[in-house]
Amino acid sequence: MSELLLSIGYERWVIDALIAIPLFTAAVVTLGPDRLAREITLAGTLLEFVVSIGLWWAYDPSTAAMQFQMAREWIPQWGIAYRVGIDGISLFMILLTTFTMPLAVLGSWNYIKDKWRPYYALLLILTAALIGVFVALDLFLFYVFWEVMLIPMYFIIGVWGGPNKLYAAIKFFIYTFVGSLLMLVAILTIYSKIGAATGIYSFSYGHILANIGHVSHLAGWLFFAFALAFAIKVPVFPFHTWLPDAHVQAPTAGSVILAGILLKMGAYGFLRFALPLFPSIVLDPTVVSIVVTLGVIGIIYGALVAMVQPDFKKLVAYSSVSHLGFVMLGIWSLTVASVEGAILIMINHGISTGALFFLAGMLYERRHTREIADFGGIARVVPGLAVILTLVSLSSIGLPGTNGFIGEFLVLLGSFDQHPVATIIATSGVIFAAAYLLWALQRMLFNKLDNPANEKMSDLSLREYLVLGPLVACIIWIGVYPAPILRRIESSAEALVLQVRGEIPDIAGPDLPGVEIE
Amino acid sequence: MQIDLATPGGLALSLLPEIFLVLWGCLVLLVAAWKHSEENATDLVGRISLVGLLGTLAVVWWMWVGDWTAGEFAAMMALDNFRYATSSVFIIASILAVAMSFGYLGRERILIPEYYALMLFGTAGMMFMGGGADLIVIFIGLELMSVCIYVLAGINRRSVFSAEAALKYFLLGAFASAFFLYGIALIYGATGTTNLALIDFQIAASGLNDSVMIMLGVAFLLVGFGFKVGAVPFHMWAPDVYDGSPTPVTAYMATAVKAAGFAALFRILLHGFGNSLEIWQTGVWWLAAITMVLGNLFALAQRNLKRMLAYSSIGHAGYLLVAVASGGAMGASAFIFYIVAYTLMTVGSFTVLSVIGRNGERDVKIDDLSGLASKHPWMAFAMLVFMLSLLGFPGTAGFMGKWYILAAVLKADQLSLAVVLVVASVISAGFYLPVVMAMYMKPTTDADSHRNAITSGAAKWVVIGTALALLVFGVWPNRLADVSANGADNFRQVSPITTPLSTPGAE
Repeated sequence: MSELLLSIGYERWVIDALIAIPLFTAAVVTLGPDRLAREITLAGTLLEFVVSIGLWWAYDPSTAAMQFQMAREWIPQWGIAYRVGIDGISLFMILLTTFTMPLAVLGSWNYIKDKWRPYYALLLILTAALIGVFVALDLFLFYVFWEVMLIPMYFIIGVWGGPNKLYAAIKFFIYTFVGSLLMLVAILTIYSKIGAATGIYSFSYGHILANIGHVSHLAGWLFFAFALAFAIKVPVFPFHTWLPDAHVQAPTAGSVILAGILLKMGAYGFLRFALPLFPSIVLDPTVVSIVVTLGVIGIIYGALVAMVQPDFKKLVAYSSVSHLGFVMLGIWSLTVASVEGAILIMINHGISTGALFFLAGMLYERRHTREIADFGGIARVVPGLAVILTLVSLSSIGLPGTNGFIGEFLVLLGSFDQHPVATIIATSGVIFAAAYLLWALQRMLFNKLDNPANEKMSDLSLREYLVLGPLVACIIWIGVYPAPILRRIESSAEALVLQVRGEIPDIAGPDLPGVEIE
Repeated sequence: MQIDLATPGGLALSLLPEIFLVLWGCLVLLVAAWKHSEENATDLVGRISLVGLLGTLAVVWWMWVGDWTAGEFAAMMALDNFRYATSSVFIIASILAVAMSFGYLGRERILIPEYYALMLFGTAGMMFMGGGADLIVIFIGLELMSVCIYVLAGINRRSVFSAEAALKYFLLGAFASAFFLYGIALIYGATGTTNLALIDFQIAASGLNDSVMIMLGVAFLLVGFGFKVGAVPFHMWAPDVYDGSPTPVTAYMATAVKAAGFAALFRILLHGFGNSLEIWQTGVWWLAAITMVLGNLFALAQRNLKRMLAYSSIGHAGYLLVAVASGGAMGASAFIFYIVAYTLMTVGSFTVLSVIGRNGERDVKIDDLSGLASKHPWMAFAMLVFMLSLLGFPGTAGFMGKWYILAAVLKADQLSLAVVLVVASVISAGFYLPVVMAMYMKPTTDADSHRNAITSGAAKWVVIGTALALLVFGVWPNRLADVSANGADNFRQVSPITTPLSTPGAE
């Protein structure tokens, strides 16, 4: 397979294609007829997925170096270039994006009732911006994609959202904007200091990483600016308050993308920028204990708040806060197993929570309510939906045999040596997750069928099976056989850990504990 | 090309664009005297003015491309790229203001062809401000510009608010001019000269860095300019004047007049006091910080679109002051870049306002834009571009300009000012986004709204042109960045007298 890909020059054009295909499709959708907007978008996102899937084989898991690298002049006067590349961390973020997008289009098929052309065009622009965030190796380029992503999401929430959409949209925008503007100042400070010290003014990630020592006297402030931007996006407790509003008000596909991909941008930012650029801060015990504590608070707090939500979508939204707490714990424990686990949770969360948001949307389309109390005993009416909802919930809880288990286990395993107390408390988050999800399932699916409105609900249609099927397949596949994924993450995670810890990256080293677990 | 300023011919050549523009303005006045008080005649005069402005722009660019420099010490008017660059900005802003006046004057029944002549003379005044190498020349330019603007602000005789605007602007403008003159007098008293290069030399040679007279003089100059560019706390006139004036005049005031104030400020501070930053940098620092934060906070409270834009232009004056505070050639190029972007987005948004409004647009609330996107999708899209650009969002020229200013101020090691700038930008999201929200996310209030919006003629082309330019410069700023860098290129070495003579003086 990889020979075939090499023979068509795949590695030279793949990143360009991944950014260009959605943009081109967006142009076609904007100019084309309204009634074909859905079909064109679906075709475009499927093409995007097919192109991206080649990365699976073309990616060389034996090296932590950036692959598929490409650099083009953009604004040479200011040292800005289009520099892109993919490593084991960004690889799965890209695949997750391209995998989620066709499903999001299918999931919006009937949910979005008006203004198709702008909606689907925005969805496509969002895809391009997200891919851009994950491939950018130029800090300016990264910042541009990071910000550009805001606008389509702002419109998707604000135009097609729920009753309180205006508030949610502007809150989402301003929260992210605060963080990212401080990050812009930090990026520019690094740029001008390193430029003054080395004589080369450049935003290249490689150049900045190699010369980051010149700003070590400012590392604390710079790290703070980066970390704030990423922490808001993750979101780390206490910066999470935009999330429930945005998730609940957004249309189904918007919630899926928000939870599935957008939140990962924050965690990705930590892995790609905040950690490697400022190792001295990242290894500082005070900083580590603060962040780990916030992560653990997020796990417990998110779970507890989720438990009391009467609204199913809000419950799923708060469960995201909890899951992302695990990601933060994994990243900041800085062992190979925990970082791998964190990346795996990022993937799993995209799949499971995405599926839960789809299911919440499907329930809403049938009953026009998301209140858990309005349902009850619907397993008898809609068995297909109930089976999938149960399976997905179990995966979100982290039941062995599903994808959720592997990620959380790796994180807990990798973190225990570093932060035993935090890990023990975090483990209880798994129990809470079981409590809030199973309790919700019981109330929705299995109690008495006492609401006559529920008796006429229709079961999943073929289109809905098409949306959920791939997600369920991934849940089981990753749960049973995660090795191919972990193998591709491993060298990058290892290189990151060694680089931050100040040891020379030993890329061909022996397998570390936790890698072969299945 | 070298101009010999010792000969009358050379002197005239050095003033070529200004002479051309003033003569053309006289021609316009003649035509206006001939034909009067009809809509057609007013439009004809407007067209003639447009040709004159384009001609002046061509002359300026001819001098710029031909690299005209002074053979010797420039006593009155500088011959440098900064003059050419800023003159171009003033002329382009005037062209846009003239173009957006076409349909507007007829609709509002302001059939006074002298309107256009005043704009031409005002622009000539600005060009003297941007090019003056002597405080007196800058002052004369300032007065020439201001007198024209006083009249323009009150040109709608039937509107009480227009009269109020003119009176307010005149009184406070005269007040500011007095400050300015006082500052000149004090500086003259301390240094014995009004020539900027000589002032710089004298300060270094006689060690006047901590002279109270110089400091007071600079402080008075800053107050005078603070009034002219609408910096907080000297901004009180701005909202009422911007609100009461006819919208094209408001756009002209918010862009060209502000640009001229800043160009002169740059020249005075960097030429006259460029080697003694400590005299003025702290003052400008505070002026910038207060203007950014308060200007944006005041704008947050506005429900009226025109007033919101007026306050937002105060906030932008703060961003431009940050470029001044960085105190170097990079600050000057950042200023040129930003003022171009700012001119485009401000003129663009005022044009959209003038197109959807009536009766001087005083009553257009932000919520009145509700549903604009469904009625006039392209106009709403253009307004979206203007708002995002004013907000400084990537993909627009406003972002690149803000980026440039941030880079300049960080290069000057003023991290705190950069942080204030971004905090102010975050505040500004609170009033730019509601415009977007109203256009795209709120339903139309009644079926008739926006039906009468004029979408024909010159105003349409102004909107399309400015929006496109903002997007192009936002994605490919390369050309504009080169031009801005070039505009500040030989800025500091304008007079050969400073470098050779200041060295012995310093010893």
